[in-house]
Amino acid sequence: MRHDHLITSKQLSRGDIETVLDYAAEIDADPSAVADRHADTLLGLLFFEPSTRTKMSFETAMKRLGGDVVDMGSVDSSSVKKGETLADTVRVIEGYTDGLVLRHPKQGAATMASEFVDVPLVNAGDGAGHHPTQTMLDLYTIRENAGLDDLTIGIMGDLKYGRTVHSLAYALTNFDAQQHFISPESLQLPREVVYDLHQQQDGTGIKEHDSLEGVLPSLDVLYVTRIQRERFPDENEYQKVAGEYQIDAETLAAASDELTVMHPLPRVDEIAPEIDETHHAAYFEQAHNGVPVRMALLDLLLSDDTRIGGDSNE
Amino acid sequence: MSDDHDHHDGNDDHELRVSKIRDGTVIDHVHGGQALNVLAILGIDGTEGEEVSVGMNVPSDRLARKDIVKVEGRELSQDEVDVLSLIAPDATINIVRDYDVVEKHRVERPDIVEGVLSCPNAGCITTGDEPVTSRFSVLEDGVRCSYCGTIVRDEIASLIDT
Repeated sequence: MRHDHLITSKQLSRGDIETVLDYAAEIDADPSAVADRHADTLLGLLFFEPSTRTKMSFETAMKRLGGDVVDMGSVDSSSVKKGETLADTVRVIEGYTDGLVLRHPKQGAATMASEFVDVPLVNAGDGAGHHPTQTMLDLYTIRENAGLDDLTIGIMGDLKYGRTVHSLAYALTNFDAQQHFISPESLQLPREVVYDLHQQQDGTGIKEHDSLEGVLPSLDVLYVTRIQRERFPDENEYQKVAGEYQIDAETLAAASDELTVMHPLPRVDEIAPEIDETHHAAYFEQAHNGVPVRMALLDLLLSDDTRIGGDSNE
Repeated sequence: MSDDHDHHDGNDDHELRVSKIRDGTVIDHVHGGQALNVLAILGIDGTEGEEVSVGMNVPSDRLARKDIVKVEGRELSQDEVDVLSLIAPDATINIVRDYDVVEKHRVERPDIVEGVLSCPNAGCITTGDEPVTSRFSVLEDGVRCSYCGTIVRDEIASLIDT
């Protein structure tokens, strides 16, 4: 059995994750070995929301595997503007391509779309839902810098709407990881996610905080996310809250020397530029890891590879 | 036993507010006030000519006040009635033929309910114009949208897709 689609990190076992990360490391070490793996493969990119990194790294990954992409372009220039349903769009584009990558503003969009197509479909973000390929590159970066077991990680910022956070938190329950969630009260993890984390783990690995201060010294990894202005009804409230969840060199004085700082990017002012040049900063490396990790995922999904166990349709 | 479905709470005939049916289904021990939701879940709105009797807030031994719904001429299957467990967990189902109760059973919680509830999350793909049937998995203490993952524990009746 294998995964036909990659919709959420919840569907992935520890074995699945390790298979992808090991393969990504192999590709990272010698990309030329897979340069012709998918010479006749066309990947359809359907991005109903703006994206730079995710879209470009999928495109790069497919091309580095020898294939190519066809891109729906922006929603404004597509038939979606004429009122076409997502179900129709994916059924049409699947006829042109060997696989689909979908980003959509609605939660559950990838789950629904996958019910209408036979080619592999990869969720590249569905509203506030999931973003499993970002998770895989996050895990890859964590493994390289701090290791995935015996890990203490702080995840800070917008935990309510941050799909990268939800996906990462689910995936980390497969490992011996203590997860500290740091956010203003209004942007705490959705209760659904907390419920799931407790279902997957006994809850002892999960703690919620409203401040970084107490927990910072114990962290191996600090994963920072952007608090978006539009989540707050007024500018003052945003400024007040956002300021408490920004980090600079002074903040990190209390951290372990070994601390790895990550961010899914784009950042605005959550991480002061002065941290970029320190050995703590791993966010650009993290973004670069998107290519080998997505190459590994695409190759495994498009090759009918049986190495990722389980079946997402069951 | 011909009028069993009217007497199992020990009510006397003078308290009988809902007429007996000849053939069909009696849904009894519905929590007071939920009868119209029972009909909504079953998709019965009277437009197809069904003969339906409803008793609301009838005195009951088991529940202080209960609703009772009688549908003439239609025997509801276990699958059809199990979804009622979400709003009427104590409901009993009586299948009546020629005024006799020939089958009597409880509702059981299903694993999945499809096409009955609508997701309250405005950001869920099922709330748009997509050709998709709503699907919820049934948890111990609520329901969960199979698409966006939203969990609803209270006021499930308010999600009934009418």
